[in-house]
Amino acid sequence: MAFASIYVPNFIVQAVVCAEPELRGRAVALLDGTPPLCGVVAMNEFAMRDGIQMSMSESQAAQFCSVEKRRRSRAHEEAAHAALLDMSWSISPRVEDTAPDTIVLDLTGLHSFFGADANIAKELAQRASQLGLNINTGISANIEVAIRLARGFSGITLVPSGKESKSLASLPVSVLSPPVEIMESFERWGVRTCADLAALPAPELSERLGQAGVHLRELASGASKRSLVLAEPKTCFAEEIELDDAVEDLEPLAFLLGRLLDQLCARLQAHALAAAAIHLRFDLGDAFEKDLPVSAKTSTEEIAPKSYERDLRLSAPMRDSKMLLKLLRLQLQADPPQASIRKISIAAEPARRRATQRDFFRPNSIDPEKLELTIARLGNLVGSSNVGAPQVMDTHRSGAFRMSRFSPTNEESQRCRKAGHTTATQVQENQFAGDRTMSGRTMFGGTADRTTVALRIFRPEWLAKIDICEERPVQISFRGLRGKIAAASGPWRSSGDWWREDAWRHEEWDIHIRFHSDASRMNTEDPGKTYDGLYRIYYDHARRNWYVRGRYD
Amino acid sequence: MPVNFATLRSQVERALAGRVAAPFDCPDRNVTENVSTGIDEIDLLTGGFPRGALTEIFGPPCSGRTTLFVSALSKRTAYLEECALIDASDAFDPCHAQAAGVDLKQLLWVRCRNINQALRATDLILQGGGFGFVCLDLSDVSREVARKIPLETWFRFRRAVENTRTILLLIEQESNAKTCASLVLKLEAGLARWSTTSQTPLRNEDGQIRGADFLQQSFARFLAGMDVHAEVLRSRMKPVTKLAFRANRLSAAAINSGSRAQETIFRANALWSCFGKTFEAKQQ
Repeated sequence: MAFASIYVPNFIVQAVVCAEPELRGRAVALLDGTPPLCGVVAMNEFAMRDGIQMSMSESQAAQFCSVEKRRRSRAHEEAAHAALLDMSWSISPRVEDTAPDTIVLDLTGLHSFFGADANIAKELAQRASQLGLNINTGISANIEVAIRLARGFSGITLVPSGKESKSLASLPVSVLSPPVEIMESFERWGVRTCADLAALPAPELSERLGQAGVHLRELASGASKRSLVLAEPKTCFAEEIELDDAVEDLEPLAFLLGRLLDQLCARLQAHALAAAAIHLRFDLGDAFEKDLPVSAKTSTEEIAPKSYERDLRLSAPMRDSKMLLKLLRLQLQADPPQASIRKISIAAEPARRRATQRDFFRPNSIDPEKLELTIARLGNLVGSSNVGAPQVMDTHRSGAFRMSRFSPTNEESQRCRKAGHTTATQVQENQFAGDRTMSGRTMFGGTADRTTVALRIFRPEWLAKIDICEERPVQISFRGLRGKIAAASGPWRSSGDWWREDAWRHEEWDIHIRFHSDASRMNTEDPGKTYDGLYRIYYDHARRNWYVRGRYD
Repeated sequence: MPVNFATLRSQVERALAGRVAAPFDCPDRNVTENVSTGIDEIDLLTGGFPRGALTEIFGPPCSGRTTLFVSALSKRTAYLEECALIDASDAFDPCHAQAAGVDLKQLLWVRCRNINQALRATDLILQGGGFGFVCLDLSDVSREVARKIPLETWFRFRRAVENTRTILLLIEQESNAKTCASLVLKLEAGLARWSTTSQTPLRNEDGQIRGADFLQQSFARFLAGMDVHAEVLRSRMKPVTKLAFRANRLSAAAINSGSRAQETIFRANALWSCFGKTFEAKQQ
């Protein structure tokens, strides 16, 4: 049994650099505290070399122009820690969340995947560097020894079983993280290294420092043993970034979104998951007055929205950060925020990736990622409400439908296929002609193979003027066209929704019109020729008008 | 030593025998996979709609173009193919389409407001790819506007679907795609059929609908359907050499056994005729 401990040296600085990759290789100092007590709490080696010291005040640190000053960010630290945990879970299912900068992994059973312990350590280092973090790795059969090795030595340190005491000997006692008063006692006694501490007699140490001292002695000698405290994986995938300067344009915003999406997708990949939806939230700054619509009815809160929230629902889970960025950009182009952005928060709904098995006898379905992008572009072109799959509503109102999301493959179709039913005999609901049975015959007679005349709908319907003779329409005129009604079928009366304000009562007719007006309005070639047409008209009792609903074609 | 190409060719063919059939024959570009339109008469006339090619259907209003499109759409969605309709005039009726057997879940409907949106939407859908059946419906776009569409647009659309399994269908009032279309079908309205309870035929001996005095008679009547006359103006598919029509289903057809038929008539029925008893008016 072996354990690997990951330690991120100077964690809070690395967390900030991880969020801002352009700071890599530069001197960075972090400030924390409320003014005027704000001071330097952490720095990297470049800043230390330039002369920055701990607890230096903000004004003192400002004199070092070559050093990048940043505020300490708890959000960045949490995000970096979450990414480190996800990375650890991608290697081993048994992980202990020891400290914000320390994680321990159980390497049992991993050798068949990754090979020797050294290979596992290299894999850990490589994956951490992909996240933008430099880590130290210690591997030992003892959890506490592994933790101390990672904290004390840089790079990868492997200790074979039985050599724990010897490996810890040269490390300073500070790696054991003793309490302050015990540390002062060690300094007074001249105990500098773990070897010095391990050499002290246990009974006398217990008399002076109590059980805490004895425990520290066991840690120093590598004799302390404990079990791994497993961490449960959290299913919250979220990233956020606070901006020092508000962003107004789409280009820099897209750059920031891309970075957040890269981190998010990497974490999803570590869990073998994908994003089923992306929740986007912007905390907005003050909007410019000239950019806002002025209306007497809007209140102050409505005029200046403080946040912008949008959801991107995906037809199939995906974790391609570039594709997700394209979709978000299209959405933001269609519906941009009304003010500058001060904070970006992005969260993903995790879901299992789509797994499909292709069929020899069915054509390949559309790539869902390409389809999502195509639909987003079409939405930008014609409006998102004008793109989708039509869905007939369960009502007697003529022509009632709504636009729903286009998701061509569904479980019903696949179940029918698996049950051995041919696709041509799937059971379908037929609002007008009754249910279709397995044999393809309608309940009312006839076969489902008969070609049905199609109706083209005019949206909105055309106002018409009808001449009535003995309760039957005989002449019609609409849109500059006039014609004689050669044959008519009706009236077919229908009504509904009487309990609502938009109750309807119609009398429908199918008519055969013989036009005798200017045929150029009919877009015909021969102006002298009369043209017939089959139309559907109706009388609306609510509006007391005749309308042309559509044309049979 | 001079090379005998005939000997070399026969050696290569012998070496590849059983693995590659006719390695030196160029593939026949006119051989395409055709799919059923859902109307037997049209299938017999044209061989079906070709995949990887542009098919153009044109005709005046009320000539059966949308009927043919909905029939083909019903067939494609029944086989779970993803279909797209770019509707330049927002005239599609999903209720009737569902009643005609179209699986609306398989249909992506793009409702455009003008022809520019329709053409750009078609570009986006063809570039995205993956659809088995794409229809650009310009039925209600005026002839003047449709004539202004540059020919390169049709070339671009045809090129986009070449070597794919996509059927691209164009519906217009007059033919504009010219040589870009592999199949051009002209439709004309035939006879409208009315079912009535009266024993008196609706039409007189000359085939004209009876006058106002007849219309004043009280009887129940409903639109039973209409006949559509279809004619092939251009086809790049292989000619159909053997045709068989059932004469009692057609009022008129050009049938020449052993030669290629150019036109046909198919019958479209109104939804009402699917239920209830019908008294068919005697036609000519």
